[in-house]
Parts: sequence; C-alpha cells; structure tokens
Amino acid sequence: MARLIRTEKEVEGRFEEVWIVVEEDPLEQWPEGARSVVGRPAPRQDGPLRVRGEARYTADIKLPGMLHAAVLRSPHAHAKVRRIDLAPALAVPGVRAALGPGEAHGLEEEAGWAGAPVAAVAADTFAQARAAVEAIDVEWGELEVVLDPEEAIRRGHLTGEARRSERGDVDRAFAEADVVVEGTYRTQTVLHNSLETHQAICEWQGDALHVYISTQYIWGIRQEVAETLGLPEDKVRVICEFMGGGFGAKNGPDEYTFVAAELAKRTGCPVRCALTRREEHTSAGNRNSTIQRLRAAARSDGTIVALEGEFINSVGWSGWSSPTEGPMRALYACENVRTVTHAAQLNTPPMKAFRAPGFAEGTFGLECLIEDLAARLEIDPLELRRSNYAESNEGTPYSSKNLEKCYRLAEPHWERRHEVRARSGTVWKRGVGMASQIWYGGGGPPSYAWIRLGSDGRATVVTAMQDIGTGTRTAMAQIAAEELRIPLESVDVVLGDSARGPYASISAGSSTTPSMGPAVRAAAADAREQIEDIAEQRGLPRDTPVAEVVGLLEEAQILGRGARGPNPTGMSVLTFGVHVVEVAVDVETGEVRVERVAAIHDVGRIINPLGASSQVEGGVIQGIGHTFSENRLLDPETGRVLTTSLDAYRMPTIADVPEIVCEFVDKPDEHLTNLGSKGLGEPPIVPIAAAIANAIRDATGAEVHELPISREEMLRALEAANAKGRRGAPAAV
Amino acid sequence: MSELRLTVNGGEHVLDAPVGTSLAHVLREELGLTGTKIACNEGHCGACTVQVDGEPQLSCITLAHTVEGEVTTIEGLREHPLVEAFVRADAVQCGFCTPGQVVSAAALVAANPEPTRDEIRHAMAGNICRCGTYPKIEEAILSWQG
Repeated sequence: MARLIRTEKEVEGRFEEVWIVVEEDPLEQWPEGARSVVGRPAPRQDGPLRVRGEARYTADIKLPGMLHAAVLRSPHAHAKVRRIDLAPALAVPGVRAALGPGEAHGLEEEAGWAGAPVAAVAADTFAQARAAVEAIDVEWGELEVVLDPEEAIRRGHLTGEARRSERGDVDRAFAEADVVVEGTYRTQTVLHNSLETHQAICEWQGDALHVYISTQYIWGIRQEVAETLGLPEDKVRVICEFMGGGFGAKNGPDEYTFVAAELAKRTGCPVRCALTRREEHTSAGNRNSTIQRLRAAARSDGTIVALEGEFINSVGWSGWSSPTEGPMRALYACENVRTVTHAAQLNTPPMKAFRAPGFAEGTFGLECLIEDLAARLEIDPLELRRSNYAESNEGTPYSSKNLEKCYRLAEPHWERRHEVRARSGTVWKRGVGMASQIWYGGGGPPSYAWIRLGSDGRATVVTAMQDIGTGTRTAMAQIAAEELRIPLESVDVVLGDSARGPYASISAGSSTTPSMGPAVRAAAADAREQIEDIAEQRGLPRDTPVAEVVGLLEEAQILGRGARGPNPTGMSVLTFGVHVVEVAVDVETGEVRVERVAAIHDVGRIINPLGASSQVEGGVIQGIGHTFSENRLLDPETGRVLTTSLDAYRMPTIADVPEIVCEFVDKPDEHLTNLGSKGLGEPPIVPIAAAIANAIRDATGAEVHELPISREEMLRALEAANAKGRRGAPAAV
Repeated sequence: MSELRLTVNGGEHVLDAPVGTSLAHVLREELGLTGTKIACNEGHCGACTVQVDGEPQLSCITLAHTVEGEVTTIEGLREHPLVEAFVRADAVQCGFCTPGQVVSAAALVAANPEPTRDEIRHAMAGNICRCGTYPKIEEAILSWQG
C-alpha cells in the first residue's frame, strides 16, 4: 500500500528532507549467502552486444536529416560579450541556424570560465558547424580573473555560505591531549573523461521532445528539460539504452541538450550536440581541488579526543560544495570534532560530482593525518583505527556496519608488511599502508519496476533505469530470476527509455542496485504470487515451477509491479571498507610502483560477485590515476585549461595496474529493504590514495601531502624525511 | 570529393569523400560500422582501433585515402573467440572502449597466440579503459582459447 512519509533523501552526500510516497516492503530478505542465482558470478547479459560493437550508444545514433551542432566557448576565464555577430556563421555553407547568448539555456553573455558556452551553430556536418563557430564575430570585454581559492575566500568570492559543524568541546580537548598532530593536505582537479563524451540528440515530434542522451539519470533529464523549456514532463521522452561512462558528470542535461533542443526547434530537424574530447576537458565538470588544514589530538593510549579541519573546496564558477569534511566527521568515534568547509568561487570550470565527491578527497587528508598520529603514538596503524571504532554515526545507529569484519579480513594482508619491507633494497624501498573507507550508498525510494511473463516461460523486467556500465542490468535480471526461481537466461531487462517503464533512480551515489534491486524483487514476487494462485486453481502445488504454470497462459500474460520501500527510519545507511596497499619507491628518482592492493568492502549483500569485483578494480585503478598521474592544469595567468588532450592528461593504462585482491563481507544489511544490498560504485575509490601515501611513508618515512604524488612531490617528501632523519629514510637523496 | 576504394571486412567499397577524411569517419558515417568508436579523435585513446592488414591502427588519425590494405573492424571480428573471452571474464563495463580493445587483442593473439602478462600489457597499453577493466582484459586475453 502506498503511504506518504517525510524522509531524508541523500544523493552523493547531499541531504534534503522531502515528502515522498512510498510503498511497503513486506518481503523477508533472503537468508545470508549465495542463492541459486543471486550471489553467484554472472557475466553481463549485455556483454556480447557491447563487446561485439552492436550496442547503440548515443554517439552511434543517426536520425534521418540529423544536423550537427557546435558550441562557441569563451577563450577568456572571465569576460562579457560586448557585441556578437552571428551573420558570418550563418553564411558558412551548410549552416542552418545559429544561437547567441540567451537563446538557449546555458548560453550566456557573461563567461565565468574559459570554456563557458556562449553561442552555437547547427549545420549539415560537424565540420561545417565547427567552421561556422570560428566565424562568429565577438567583441569581448575582459573582466577580473580570480584563480586562487584562498584569495577568493578572503575576498568573499563564494558559491555559498561556509558549512560548519561542531560537537563537544574541541578547544579543551586539544589543550588537554597528550599528542597533537597537524598537516595541510592538497588534492588536485581531476577530470571524469568518460570515453563517450557528453552529448544529446534532440528531435521534436509535434509538441513532444525526444532526447537521446548519454546520461546517468533519465528521469532527472526529463524533469529538468521539461521545467526549463516549460513543457509538461510527459512531453519529454528521454532515451539512453547504452551509455559510455559518466562517473558523476552526467547527472543533468547541461547546455548541449538545450542547444540541441532549440536548434532542432528552429530548423525542424533533429540535432546532435556532442562535446569533443577537448571540450570535455574544459566544459564537462571535474573533481574540484581542495585544501585541507587538519589537526588531530589523542591521549597516549591511542584514544582520538579531537579532530579539526578547515576545508576549501575550489568549486569553480558554479557547482556545489562536496562533503570534504565528511570522513572527519564520521569515520572515527571522537567526541570533539569541528569542521568548516569553504566554497570558493573561481573563474575556473565548474565542478561536478565525481565518484564519492568530497569523501575521496577528505579521506586522503584524514587518513594520512591518522597515520601521522599512529607514528607519533607509536601505535600500530591498524590497531589505532580499530580502537577508535565508531559505534554510531554522530549518535544515529547504523543500519549495519561491518568495518570490524573488514579489518579482520585485512589482517593477513597487513601481516605481509614485515616480509614486504624485508624485500627493500638500497634504491627500491618497500612498504605497506592502509586506509579506511566510509561513504553513503544506501539508495532510496522512489523507484519502480514492472515484470511481464508469457507462456514461453520468459520474464521481462521493464523499468526506465539506465545501466551506465556498472552491470546493473545483469544484477536486476539476477534478482528477478532468483525471486521467480527461473534460470537467469530466461530473464530480459528492458531499460533506458522514459516512455517504456516506470520511474527509476539516478545512477549516482552508488544507488542503482540498492534503489532498483528491491523494486525489481518486489515486482517479481508480485508475479510469482499470481502464478502460485493460478497453480492452485489448477490443482497444482503452489511451488510448481513457474515455466510449467505459465505454459498454460497462451496469449495471457502475468504482470507484476514492484516499488522500492522506504529506508529504515532513524538509521544511517553507510558503506565501509579498508584498503591495504603495497608499494615500492625508488628513493633516487621518486618513482613509485603500486605492487598490490587488497580492497575489502562491506556493502551488504553482493548480487553479482563477478560484476562487484569489476567495480572494485575499476575504482581502485581510477584512484591510482588520481593518486599519481591525473592533474588538470590551468595556465596561472589566463585560467585556460592546459591539459586538453589525453596525452597531456594522463589516465592509467593496463601497464599501470597492480595486483588487486577484492574481498567482500557480503552480509545483508538486515534493516535495508528486501535485499540488504548497498551500492559499490564509489566506495573503492575512497581510501586508495591515502593507503598508497601511507604505504610510501611505511617504505621511506616520506610524508606525502599532495595529490597527485608527482615525482616532484615524492622527491620533496623524501628530502623532508631525510632532513628529519626518520626511521627508514634514505641516507641521501 | 575524391574517390576512395576500401576493403573492409572482406567487402569492397567505392565511395566519395573529401581528402582529409579520417578512416574512422568513413567507417562510421559512410559505411555505418559504428562498432568502431571515436572517443578522443586525436589518436590518444585507442577506442577507434581497427586492423589494416592485421596490424592495429588508430582509425581516427588515419586518412581514409591513404589506406591501401585490408581493413578489419570489430564487425569483422564478431565471431572471434576473444569476444566470448571478454564477456566471460567481465572485461567490459561501459563498453565504449571495448571494441577497440578486442581489435587490438585480436592482432596480438594472431601474432602471438599465448602472450605473457607482460606482452599483453605492452600490446594493450594504447587502449585506454576509463572504467578500469584492465585486470579482466588481461584475464580474457590469457584465456582466449577457452
């Protein structure tokens, strides 16, 4: 039965209180452990389509008469259009229409960063559109540029108020503590770089708009496009069947969608607007850089008594302020914690959510600081983390928490450190480090699924969700197969079209499986109950195999519907984990090699262990990129992005991958839905950088304070360690 | 426009295309072979990899009119055992880079049917996978013969 409740909704660590209609979730969870389909490794159902190059991505869709758009972007980090003449663009062969500032949502007169969209052109070919954009005549009035976050804070250039939190008596706790450590940590700007660039094709059919788009949130696109264009939501159809990566940057429609919609309206033709790789580097979002000034205090017995952090998020021209302080507030039991998070508005490209926004950055700072504390206290880092175990989330009980189990699973990997260190030579030093992980990932309502069974014994799950490459389509099929007690091969999943299925969750915030899975199971259970009723009416036992019963249906179909129930009230739904990393450091050149990563995560029940291990490996590898080689650089004078290509912006290749060992606690969260599953997309990227930095420290004594750990940063840290004459430090560098 | 003769997956094509058109563009836009992806369009990522006479080549920076050999795209490799090996090993996430990975891997195993891990890493380092399927790609290539 549907009921209206007031609840807290969380996406990517942002909370809001909302009224929401939810349906009860009366199903008992399956018992712990692998079932016949759920909990067993399953190759992706859409694997063959993707591998064979048959999957049709937005980039592959070609509608009859389709035009191509190109966008004029500001060359200046801060400027205003004084005068713009589109006539030269309209004179370019093949050009059909042009838009100036204000003529489509997102095209603006004031450009707040180099790469801000200003005007756009549609032409028969992309090359023509590109040439026409070059022909647009603009007179710019340049404005003052602010690129330094600390200057921005000083001068009050903020995207919003500072966020403050405080519990206990922080000043007193610091004053009375036996040991105080402090450090300033910096993380860099990194780029999502999904291989399919941001793009949309818009086509008007009568008064309805069809939007083909590479997105993480079909229903969010529908809502935002409808609202912006003043259309009823049902007049916007959003389609995304296959999607070439998002990582947080494709949650909303952005200018390219509105440009395509407006140009399609003006020309009467479908219009594609696709970012180039270089635009992807200037105008598609980023994980913003941070500055973190942190302090921690402890008693000599290892009890952490106070934590304090001042965080600066370099948000860019617009965006939101990620919860960089989140790990400090939530990872450890500590009675006295004070944080302040500033949101600097700069003339730099706007941030967008990127795989555990805030927590990936904040965990680097916090977990390096905790390592420092362990060193000062001369307490084993694993022991220190265990002895400050949080039993509640600032007073709110956890729906489930198995971090202690993660630590137990980490022990054999942690034990390897003696043997690893012993393999150090005079040049290559080896060591082991760890870091803990906390993050959201509980998902929530609303989310719905339908299921259809015919006389052929096959089931089709229908829901307008998206599979952004995480394998959720397969996980949904597994859940339906398990509930219906039919083979996995007998289940298809139809998704990716707002006109073909009910509302489905955003695929961000590690929420697809925990949001959609329970709805799919509920739909399958609804169908199964109907099938059992039919069996009974035929004088068959209720548990007669589904295929046998539906064989009686002829043209009739069984239709099941399911909804995602509410999250447990008064509980924090969080994910946990720990990484143990082994590194080798060349103390002469500063080269670092990650040799082994043990990634242990607690995300409730695992639906597909094969897909889950892929998620973990992917997060770890992306995190290794963020740790060592990825760095979006700006020209400090002009604010222009310098790293606009993939040879300048270096992402990990297959040659950079260490041995990765994945382990899961795999214990259902007994309070969370009919599945007990949480999300896994983000957790693996959270602790990796800190675990690497701590391993470097273990190997060399060098304290890394900055991401990326470039050769320069590594050599600086080695030199500083040398100067301090720490244990294990090289004699000379 | 200038005449262009291409042999693709065993079929001969005579087309007209402006000089300067990339092979990737011709494959995708003129021949409808969209299995070949364009992700960077400047030869840095490997998503557009095709084979020319069995050698991996970046089709986005290959001028179509300069191609003299036989072109093989993912569409010509759909029955290759590597496809099944990639699926089995879960060497695919979003899948946008995957056709290019398979084309590179097919060239590798044709020349060296039992590559070592190091040889795989060397041969495949030009194909970027942002989702990070690399360990699974390595496994797929190691086990491609079933």
